[in-house]
Amino acid sequence: MSIQDAGGASELATLPGHDAGEPVEAAKVIQGRSPWRLAYERLRRDRAAVVSAAVILIIVACAIGAPVFAAITGHGVNEQFRHNGLSVEGFPVAPGSHFLLGTDDQGRDLLVRIAYGARPSLLVGVVTSAITVTFGAIMGLMAGYFGRVVDTVISRIIDVTLSIPFLLFAVALAAVSGGGSLWLVIVVLSIFGWSSVARIVRGQVFSIREREYIEAARSLGASPWRIMFIDIVPNVIAQVIVYASLLIPLSIVAEATLSYLTIGVQPPTADWGAMIASSQAVYTVAWWDLVFPGVALLITTLAFNIFGDGVRDAFDPRADRLFV
Amino acid sequence: METAAAATSATPSTDVLLRLTDVVKHFPVRSSSLFRRTAGAVHAVDGVSLEVRRGETLGLVGETGCGKSTLARCITRLYEVTSGTVEFDGADISRLTASQMRPYRREMQMIFQDPYGSLNPRRRVGSIIGDPFAIHGIASGQDRKRRVQEAMELVGLNPEHYNRFPAEFSGGQRQRIGIARALALRPKLVICDEPVSALDVSIQAQVINLLSDLQRELDLTYIFIAHDLSVVRHVSDRVAVMYLGKVGEIGPSEDIYQKGRHPYTQALLSAVPVPDPKQMQQRARIVLVGDVPSPLDPPSGCRFHPRCPKARDRCVTEDPPLVSRLGDPEIHAAACHFPVEVGEDISLSTPQISESERVIEEGLVGNA
Repeated sequence: MSIQDAGGASELATLPGHDAGEPVEAAKVIQGRSPWRLAYERLRRDRAAVVSAAVILIIVACAIGAPVFAAITGHGVNEQFRHNGLSVEGFPVAPGSHFLLGTDDQGRDLLVRIAYGARPSLLVGVVTSAITVTFGAIMGLMAGYFGRVVDTVISRIIDVTLSIPFLLFAVALAAVSGGGSLWLVIVVLSIFGWSSVARIVRGQVFSIREREYIEAARSLGASPWRIMFIDIVPNVIAQVIVYASLLIPLSIVAEATLSYLTIGVQPPTADWGAMIASSQAVYTVAWWDLVFPGVALLITTLAFNIFGDGVRDAFDPRADRLFV
Repeated sequence: METAAAATSATPSTDVLLRLTDVVKHFPVRSSSLFRRTAGAVHAVDGVSLEVRRGETLGLVGETGCGKSTLARCITRLYEVTSGTVEFDGADISRLTASQMRPYRREMQMIFQDPYGSLNPRRRVGSIIGDPFAIHGIASGQDRKRRVQEAMELVGLNPEHYNRFPAEFSGGQRQRIGIARALALRPKLVICDEPVSALDVSIQAQVINLLSDLQRELDLTYIFIAHDLSVVRHVSDRVAVMYLGKVGEIGPSEDIYQKGRHPYTQALLSAVPVPDPKQMQQRARIVLVGDVPSPLDPPSGCRFHPRCPKARDRCVTEDPPLVSRLGDPEIHAAACHFPVEVGEDISLSTPQISESERVIEEGLVGNA
């Protein structure tokens, strides 16, 4: 990099035009720390966020490494242990040395199923957030930047999607498409999720659009797409990321809800919501069937929520100035 | 408006870089967002005709809301003009499409008022100054970087600060970044929209000197918008005074300051502070009553009549043309039926029009 040239720097330091008090650092690459870098550094210092990130990583590792649980215990995820997995009366077996977290109403190993059950939750959480946020941000960007007719049309679509009862729509869609599936869950959650992202982005873009640097770009002859993606997106992306990180736990809970209502993954696939649903028949004698999947869901959503809060604080340093 | 055109076309047209003819910009005001109806229009610019000659600096002064910035944005086509034409270098650019406009965008640039608002906080300075090269596909990669650093050097910035963010610079340095961006493509016309009014006084002088150095070096033509008359006097060859979307008076800088013909010009000049308390006390200040009338419904006749100390009945009914008055040279034109003589003290005049036509501040009347 030619800007490392020290001779040039000392020459420039003597230029008469420099404003007073300008630091001139010679023989050193001068690289401003980007807002991303600053946000990352703030996130690193946030202990709650770091801990929750570690928890999230462990959950992700469990989901990916679910077959390892199956291999170690020797219990397949859908394998029913009719002889030692169910009591004589046909009730689930309590946690013990053979089944660490007990068995469910079908005599399957709860530990292995909880590990596998993390997969649909995380998949739906991440994929739905990604789709929702990308689509919502693009719609909000267009509504906010072009305004007028585009804005009116997009805003009315948002109003309509927000006024449709979400659960009723999901049940109806499952009935029409002949049973639920994971993809149905993702589609339903995305259809209802994008509108709030679009609203947030639209509002932001409305205010950014009036800034002088947008006028400057227009007077230079920049195209609307260039202005949207080079000048506006970097200013709204932080908010979008914060929203996305808070949307993941919401989607996970929504997925569990839909699976509980049998709209989501179909048996015998392991899923936390479906496990909670099937525990209803036996929880009076087998509390572990209800508690362990519930705790798994709780820990996951809590970790994502705390991490999402950390991301928001990292992007909005004014928040921590209030308390420090 | 023919008289106005006659007054401004006195100079040979060959060295005219920019000619505005009867430029009008109205902003329609709509009542509600659901059922859009046009309820009226803000007459931001209402028939401005003027010329800017190659190499000169035209100062544009007037109070807030008089349409200076709107006019600037009509010239650079950030706003579409409602009617009238903008001729740049002999070609009418007021009806061009965005793609037809692109080559002209290289030749005219703006420097903005707010050094904080005019630079994208999320982008590095090198990328901001590199924008003109990127948008017009002139240079990329190392070539662009070299040109950006040249531009930074030109305005007195350290080219090594290429990778910094706007937040790491002071107000004056930020304005230099804005100037570097505007001058990167070596435009012919630069419109400075209050380039120093957001800066500290000590920095103002530096930036103004930089602008005049660059004008000499790069053969620039400036339109310099300001509400600070002393700054405008320092930089301008000619000055145009705007009031409520119209040019009230235009002429060589010294003429305007020595023998301003329009009572509004006089009022503006009397408001400029003098760095001598004794002189300041002795000087008669012309205090205008009220605010600028609403541009939604501008006054009839001469737009200044409700606040003018010299107003007569004719001012209420008849819009005065912008022509030279009281034997002034043709390049000094004023839109006033009763122009001010040199030495006349208009702070003592009283308007002779019916009270319903005047702006009367109740508080002031009560105290008097």
